[in-house]
Amino acid sequence: MSSAVIVDGLEKSYNGLEALRGVSFEIAQGQIFGLLGPNGAGKTTTVEILEGYRERDGGSVTVLGEDPSSAGLDWRQRIGVVLQSSSVYDSLTVTENLELFAGYYTRPRPVAEVVELVGLEEKRESRVRSLSGGQRRRLDLGLALVGDPELVFLDEPTTGFDPEARRRAWQTIASLRDLGKTILLTTHYLEEAERLADRVAVVRDGEIVALGPPSELTSTLPATEVRYRRNGLEVVLQTEEPTKLLHELTSEALAAGQELEGLEVRRASLEDVYLALTKEEQE
Amino acid sequence: MKVFTHELRGELLLYSRSRELAFFTFMLPLIFFVLLGSVYGSGDKINGYRAADYLLTGMIGYGLIATAFAGLAIVLVIRRETGVLKRLRATPLPPPVYIAAVLLTTLIAFALEAACLIALGMILFNASFPKAPGSLVVALALGGACFAALGVAITGFIRRSEGASAVINAIYLPVAFISGAFFSQQHFPEVLRRVADVLPLTYFIDLVGDVTLKGTPIWSEPKDVAVILVWGIAGTLLALRYFRWVPRED
Repeated sequence: MSSAVIVDGLEKSYNGLEALRGVSFEIAQGQIFGLLGPNGAGKTTTVEILEGYRERDGGSVTVLGEDPSSAGLDWRQRIGVVLQSSSVYDSLTVTENLELFAGYYTRPRPVAEVVELVGLEEKRESRVRSLSGGQRRRLDLGLALVGDPELVFLDEPTTGFDPEARRRAWQTIASLRDLGKTILLTTHYLEEAERLADRVAVVRDGEIVALGPPSELTSTLPATEVRYRRNGLEVVLQTEEPTKLLHELTSEALAAGQELEGLEVRRASLEDVYLALTKEEQE
Repeated sequence: MKVFTHELRGELLLYSRSRELAFFTFMLPLIFFVLLGSVYGSGDKINGYRAADYLLTGMIGYGLIATAFAGLAIVLVIRRETGVLKRLRATPLPPPVYIAAVLLTTLIAFALEAACLIALGMILFNASFPKAPGSLVVALALGGACFAALGVAITGFIRRSEGASAVINAIYLPVAFISGAFFSQQHFPEVLRRVADVLPLTYFIDLVGDVTLKGTPIWSEPKDVAVILVWGIAGTLLALRYFRWVPRED
């Protein structure tokens, strides 16, 4: 499969401070790629270089076959951008906003379809001013999709959402994958990346410290944790062979006619990987 | 062209929906005209002209700086700071098409404003119809272009949307005053007259006075036209240099 995005040795400094120090990754067409990292790690700088907002200092970048720093309006037909903060016309309705932006593209997606895709059917004739924060974000997403782009940039699209709204947004983003879109998602919600992304990169201090499918990253932390309480004291065991350990523990307990209180088995999550990776930074 | 008319229609819709613009930049000159016009009797004269006729020229000047300069600048600062301009940059809408649509919307709003002022003057105060209407149209277009360029230029010097209206009011209201939009500059102290002598609005009001009151054709007023043009060109250069699509980072 060909790559929608190729980033190689990307460098960027602001006033002598290195914000990006040789970032490299590729995004295959049709993939959701998650860019993770603490604030100030370089996520937004990376994304804004790919979107064509910022100039890079070094390295090479190819987005949909072109260099974003010199790409023209035809290239912009093929990308969709959701910025970190909501940017829509407050005084227009949802439909009016979408129609205005649809007019900029040669082959827009029908507005009614976009309204449905982002779940704003009931608000279609409402002024944006009256929408909730989550609904505004969904309109932001709708404006990014109305041109029917091949590649969509989502910069922290669910920040500030309640859990219910976040889950709905995830469904929408997952449905974009089904439409064959390539998506670059930056987020600081680990669960979001784990749930949606085919591959993730963890950025720290302007460098990629981990790169791969979420399942592969979590397997870099070998241990599965088994927890239970014995005589009121918590016991935590880490094992590479959870089946064997559990069998031993439970047969022992059964033989003794005891209950393993609070028994819990947990695989390492992306969050554990992330915390392990970003903790080194503070030390 | 198709995308231009599409964007122009969008801009006109946005303009008509904006309560801030409707009141501060569109209604206020009309309200001031009614208030000031009511102060004078029908026989009163200012600088040798009927008071209502004289006031009308000043109010067209005030309408110009309110719509083309202040209104435009406030809208652009708000759009920049809320990220709307940044988002537009990621779309295939060509930037010159966008700017042209925004400027034309401003000029249309100002043309409407001037027409309302003239109509209001004739209906309420029995003001005369402009004596050289063709020259007036050219003068309005020239003034509109000059002040719109200055309006775009000033956005480069305003850092955030909170306080944008305050800063712009602090510029355009004194300028309107000193340029004689509200009353004759005859009794101004020397200092103020010196300042007024370099402000473009002084020359615009003078030019509008010449074509509406005296009926002089616009080409007989090369000095007024030249000063407005110079300010317009300076505004355009500053706009090209300092206009930003994205908020400044601190």
